[in-house]
Amino acid sequence: MNFPRLQEKLEILADAAKYDVSCSSSGGNRKNTKGGLGDSHASGICHSYTEDGRCVSLLKILLTNHCIYDCAYCVSRKTNDIKRAAFTVEEVVDLTINFYRRNYIEGLFLSSGIFKDADTTMERLVRVAKKLRTEHKFNGYIHLKSIPGASDELMKEAGLYADRLSINLEIPTTAGLKLLAPEKSHDQMIKPMGFIKNELILYKEEKKLFKNVPKFAPAGQSTQMIVGATDETDLKIIKVADYFYQNYKLKRVYYSGYVPMLEDKRLPSIDSQVPMLRENRLYQADWLMRFYGFKADEILEKSNPFLDLEVDPKLAWALRNREQFPVNINTATKEMILRVPGIGRKSMYKILSARNFQKLNLGHLQKMGVATNRAKYFVEFEAQNIFNKYIDDFNFRKIILQGMKSKFQNPFSEQLTLF
Amino acid sequence: MTTLLYDGTFEGLFTAIFEVYEYKFQPAEIISIDQYKTESIFSDPHEVITNEVKANRVLQKLENNLGKKGVSQLLRVYLSENENAERLILSAVSLSLKFPKDPVLNNFANVDMMDIAKITKSISREVHRMHAFVRFEKLQDEVYFSKIEPDFNVLPLIISHFKNRYQDQKWMIYDLKRYYGIFYDLKDTQFFEPALEQTSQLKRTTNILHEEEMQYQKLWQRYFFKTNIPERKNLKLHVQSLPKRYWKYLTEKL
Repeated sequence: MNFPRLQEKLEILADAAKYDVSCSSSGGNRKNTKGGLGDSHASGICHSYTEDGRCVSLLKILLTNHCIYDCAYCVSRKTNDIKRAAFTVEEVVDLTINFYRRNYIEGLFLSSGIFKDADTTMERLVRVAKKLRTEHKFNGYIHLKSIPGASDELMKEAGLYADRLSINLEIPTTAGLKLLAPEKSHDQMIKPMGFIKNELILYKEEKKLFKNVPKFAPAGQSTQMIVGATDETDLKIIKVADYFYQNYKLKRVYYSGYVPMLEDKRLPSIDSQVPMLRENRLYQADWLMRFYGFKADEILEKSNPFLDLEVDPKLAWALRNREQFPVNINTATKEMILRVPGIGRKSMYKILSARNFQKLNLGHLQKMGVATNRAKYFVEFEAQNIFNKYIDDFNFRKIILQGMKSKFQNPFSEQLTLF
Repeated sequence: MTTLLYDGTFEGLFTAIFEVYEYKFQPAEIISIDQYKTESIFSDPHEVITNEVKANRVLQKLENNLGKKGVSQLLRVYLSENENAERLILSAVSLSLKFPKDPVLNNFANVDMMDIAKITKSISREVHRMHAFVRFEKLQDEVYFSKIEPDFNVLPLIISHFKNRYQDQKWMIYDLKRYYGIFYDLKDTQFFEPALEQTSQLKRTTNILHEEEMQYQKLWQRYFFKTNIPERKNLKLHVQSLPKRYWKYLTEKL
C-alpha cells in the first residue's frame, strides 16, 4: 500500500465530499453473518464529531472528483481549478475495512463526480459495494449516491448491496436548478427515485411470500437540497420535502445551508454567511412533519412563507393558535400533548405513562425533563396554573422569549439592564 | 433502621433484599462492605452471606412483575456505582411487591423511580458512547486493542455489541479505571484481570503496535481534519457532542 499517495487522495476526495449532508447510519437492519465483519444498528452510531459540530458516522468520500458537469454550486465542477484525484475500487474497500475494524466508522458513504457517463460512474460505485459485501463479508452500513441518468439495471444492483440510496435534488425549485445547473433536471433525478420506490414496494410484497428474498436498500432512500443558493421560500422547501415524503417514500430529506465557496454572479456573494439558523429551523419543521403530526400548511402560511428565526416552528405555531391552549396534561390526547412547546416525544410518553399512576403537576413535568420555561404557559392541571393568565397577553411572545435562552442568541446584542 | 452489609456483588445485593423481607428488617439500608464505615458504634449491622437461591428468587419475582427489561434496568442502576444504588433498587423492589401488576418503574411521578430513570438514562448514554468512542489499535499479534475509562462500570453492557460486530478479528477492551477487561478470541469473550506489572504495559502500547497501525491512524486523522467545514465552525456543539474527557483515547483528537 502506497500510504502517502493514498493519504493525498483521501484528503482531496474527503474534502470534496464534505458538503454532502447525510452521514446517518440509521434505519438499517443488516445483521452480521457468521464469521463476518460488521453489524448495523437500527439507531445508527456517530463515532465522532467535526469542529463544525457535525456527526461523523461514515467514511464519506467521492470515488473521484473528475466531473463532466459544471454546476455552479459544486466545488468539483468542471471549470473549477482544483486538484483532481480518483480512488481505485480496492483503495476504497481497504480504507473502509481498516477504518471499520478500528471502530472509527459505521460504514461507507460513497459519492462521485460523474466521469465519462452516468452508467460508467454508477457501475464503479456498485462494484465497491459488491466487493465489500461478497468478498469481505462486510455487513456495515453502505450508502451509495445514485447517479442521475444511470440505468435501472444498475440501480437495481446498487439496491442489493447498499443500505441506502440517494439522489440529491440539489436546488428545491426547477427555475433555481435551471439557473445553477443547466445540464441537470429534476426529472432526471426523480426517475431513479421512482424506480427505487417501486423496488422497495416489490421487495415488501415478495418478503410476504418468500422467506429469503435478498434485502433491497433496507434503510430506504433520501435526498438533499441546498438552501439559500437561490431565492426559494421556506414554504416552498417544506412543500417539496412533503411531496417527496408522500410520493417517493423517502426516509429523510436533508437541508444544506449554502456555503459560499465559489465566485459566480448567479450565486450569493462569497462573503455571505452560511444560513445555519435557517437550516436549523428547516430541520425543526421537518421533524414536526415526520414525528409530531404537523402538516406543511400548518407550519407556514402563504402570507408568511418564511420560518420565524427567533422562535422554533412549534412555538411559532402555538403562538398563532393560542385558542388551542392550555392543554390539560392529565386528560389531553397524545396528539395535543405533543403540540405543547417544550414537550418532546420522550416527555410525552413519560407523561402518558405516569398519569396512569397519579395526577400530575408542573413539578412532575419539570422532573421528567420537560422544558417548563416554555411549556408552563401552555399547560393546565386540576389545580390552578398561575402561568395561564399570560396566554392572552398582548406581549406574550416577549414574555416567553425572556424566559428562554437561544443557542443562536448573540451574547453581545443583549440589552443591558441598568439596575 | 437495620443496616445490612453485603459483599458488593449483584447476587449479594439481591440476597440482602431477600433477607430484608425474610427477617422483616424494614426500614432497612443496604451497604456494600467496602463502603461501610464503623464509626456508628450503636449500629449492629446484619451481615449478608451471598446466596444464589435467595437472589434468584427475588430476581424471578421481579422478572414476573417488571419483565426482563425491568430487571436489566435495575442491573444498570447497580452498575452505575451510584451512592444511592442500593437504596433505589430496594425502593423499586418494595414498590413492585406492593403493586405487582403495575410497571412501577414507569411511575415517573415517584422521586425514586424518576431517579432510577435518570441513572439508567445516563448509563445508557455512556454505553452508547462506548459503542461510538472505543478506538481499536492493531497490535503485532493481530489483536485489536482498546483502552477506556468510562464514568460507570459499563464493560459488561457492551460485550454483545462488539461481539456481534467483530466476529472475525480478535479484540480486547480494557477498563483503566477498574483494572479489568474483556477479550474475544474469535469464539468467546472472557473477562481478564491483568497482574499489576502488566497494567503499565497495557497503558503504553506504542512498542507493540502492528507495523501498519500508525499509517491508518494518520489516514483517519487527516480524514477527520479534511471533512470539517471551517465556515461552519461551532466549537460549543463540538464539545457538547464529543466531551473532552474522552479525547485522550480518540485517535482523531490525538
